[in-house]
Amino acid sequence: MNFKKILPQLLTLVVVILVFGFFSYNAQVNMENRGITFGYGFLTQESSFDVQFSLIEYDGSHSYFRAYLVGLLNTILVSVIGIVFATIIGVVVGIARLSSNYLIERTAAIYVEFFRNIPLLLQIFFWYFAALRALPLPEKAEPIFGVFFLTIKGFFIPAFVWNNLNIFIYSVIAAIIAIFFVRLYAKKKQENQGIQTPVLLISIGLLIILPLLSFLLGGVNASIEIPVIEQLSQTSFTYKGGLKLPPELISLALALSLYTATFIAECVRAGVQGVSKGQKEAAASIGLTPNQVLKLVVMPQALRIIIPPTTNQYLNLTKNSSLAAAIAYPDLVLVFAGTALMQTGRAIEIVSITMLTYLTLSITISIFMNWYNKKIAIKEK
Amino acid sequence: MFKLVKRLTSVVAMFAVLFTFTTETMAAKKSKTLKNTQKKGFVRCGVSQGLPGFSNADAAGNWTGVDVDVCRAVAAAVLGDSSKVKFTPLSAKERFTALTSNEIDILSRNTTWTLSRDADIGLTFVGVNFYDGQGFMVRKNSGISSVNDFKAGVSACTNLGTTTELNMRDFFNSKGIKYEPVTFEKADEVVAAYDAGRCDTYTTDKSGLAAQRIKLSNPDDHMVLPETISKEPLGPVVRQGDSVWEDIVRWSLNTMIEAEEYGVTSANADMMKTSDNPAVKRLVGAEGELGAALGLDNEWSLRIIKQVGNYGESYKRNIADTGILPDRGPNELWTKGGILYVPPAR
Repeated sequence: MNFKKILPQLLTLVVVILVFGFFSYNAQVNMENRGITFGYGFLTQESSFDVQFSLIEYDGSHSYFRAYLVGLLNTILVSVIGIVFATIIGVVVGIARLSSNYLIERTAAIYVEFFRNIPLLLQIFFWYFAALRALPLPEKAEPIFGVFFLTIKGFFIPAFVWNNLNIFIYSVIAAIIAIFFVRLYAKKKQENQGIQTPVLLISIGLLIILPLLSFLLGGVNASIEIPVIEQLSQTSFTYKGGLKLPPELISLALALSLYTATFIAECVRAGVQGVSKGQKEAAASIGLTPNQVLKLVVMPQALRIIIPPTTNQYLNLTKNSSLAAAIAYPDLVLVFAGTALMQTGRAIEIVSITMLTYLTLSITISIFMNWYNKKIAIKEK
Repeated sequence: MFKLVKRLTSVVAMFAVLFTFTTETMAAKKSKTLKNTQKKGFVRCGVSQGLPGFSNADAAGNWTGVDVDVCRAVAAAVLGDSSKVKFTPLSAKERFTALTSNEIDILSRNTTWTLSRDADIGLTFVGVNFYDGQGFMVRKNSGISSVNDFKAGVSACTNLGTTTELNMRDFFNSKGIKYEPVTFEKADEVVAAYDAGRCDTYTTDKSGLAAQRIKLSNPDDHMVLPETISKEPLGPVVRQGDSVWEDIVRWSLNTMIEAEEYGVTSANADMMKTSDNPAVKRLVGAEGELGAALGLDNEWSLRIIKQVGNYGESYKRNIADTGILPDRGPNELWTKGGILYVPPAR
């Protein structure tokens, strides 16, 4: 009886092992025939290629492993920017779709239908090649607020030059810890005495006051470095100083967030509509204000419907960021699975590392969102 | 009686199986790629995604170029018809994987011969069909007339996964110039980005610059700087491990170059059968048994010359007459001051 239960599982396991064994054996034999060696030793070799945009210090004299980190960080950067903006746009558009104002509702609907029905790669090409051509050359750029320069070579913005940056960071961390305790205290107070504390106002106050103190007492100061135009030749210019956001990053983040926002908007709309009307009416009838109805009754229930499909969208966005290779944004696929693969020829090693990396990224996002989902789920008592 | 017939048939069947097995192994010993190509009836050739003069498809899908002609020569030699080629356009990033994973049998895609590519990743370079070097393209009105005029902060557009990427770093490092590399997977995207003004310079092999220049919106506003910063011997590549196929591709290319050296053209090849020069006679298959050594018939080289032409004809048709690089430079025969020199076919 027990054996009958185990047999199918055992057979599946054997088949899986056989299939994997066949493919790895096959790869081994073919690689041997063609004189291809296998190994991860190349990761420590000098990469000898440069990357245009990197969050950590990197040039061709660093190792392939460092090049991998550069690509990974750039992928994470564009994904985080994309997720943040997609969420903001998505929530706004999703709520706008529920508006009773015809114009707002239609505009939001048209936006959703337009952007989600055009292939993402095409949108990326549009934002990069079509929008890029419309941007001015560096020497013709009109400054925005006098210090921002949006040009064909990138978005040049002022940068902060910090003194005692670590003290400033400590003050921010201290503020966050303080907020945590304030929240604990407020919760207890409400449970014991039924009095609500304005947590949000206190939090904002803490976040402003503590870092401000670090400026006044901690010797922290920041000066601002404004980009200055520089001539490279008779007709070509660029900006020096400040921070430079490459146009590739901007177009990619723009395309990713506008595209993914349409799906998030639909999730939000579905979530809010999924809360039954009776809930709102009941909440109103016990005297909650419309704000409290939204905050305490509708949103907690809507979020349960919104979170799981939105997690999928976050995962999609992260994976879609690999389309960066098409427009020269140095993400993981372009730097590592592109240039590094070409220069070393280690296809199996590099592709396997890249796949594992995306898997890890996706699972991390998944775990976080599942944790959040569990946290807001109905707690059956 | 019935039993006997049955037994006899099984014996015959066994012999038949044994026999096919032995002939099969003999053919396989010859060359697996050659056998597969003859069975399929076409040569599988990897080319670029569009580089005028080297490998470029017209509106009707007909491929032309000096790289294309190498594959056509192999098709003429192996299959007797230079049109029996299946072309696969590949990006720089895809090309080697396509070859090692058996998608194509020849990679003839302006590919630079380097030690690490030859030795490390399962490839074999069979020869050089174009001697090139890396250069820079700039806007004429920029006032840059030499690579020494580049300043720190210069942005350079180029192709991903090429030797260009490495040479560029070597070059700017040696000059002590901080630069911004902008690398794209497809050549058309590089051209579009440079054209839009994203980059100050576009760098790749000089032949590539000359060919891509015509794709710019105002080709006359751009020029290629005189300096050459690297050696780029471009040539066809095959998979490692099939030496017969390697020899066929190598000698198909060599035949085209040698034919030019001896003045054999597509027009006069048949007449050359009665030439007084034994080298010429060998080249058109009127003397010797050179084809047998490659597992081919003796007219293989004659077909190459008749159907594709010699190297000079191919160069003139694809590169000179199209205005890409009218001057042959180093790609002239050694007898005429160039460096094209192939081992003798004998």
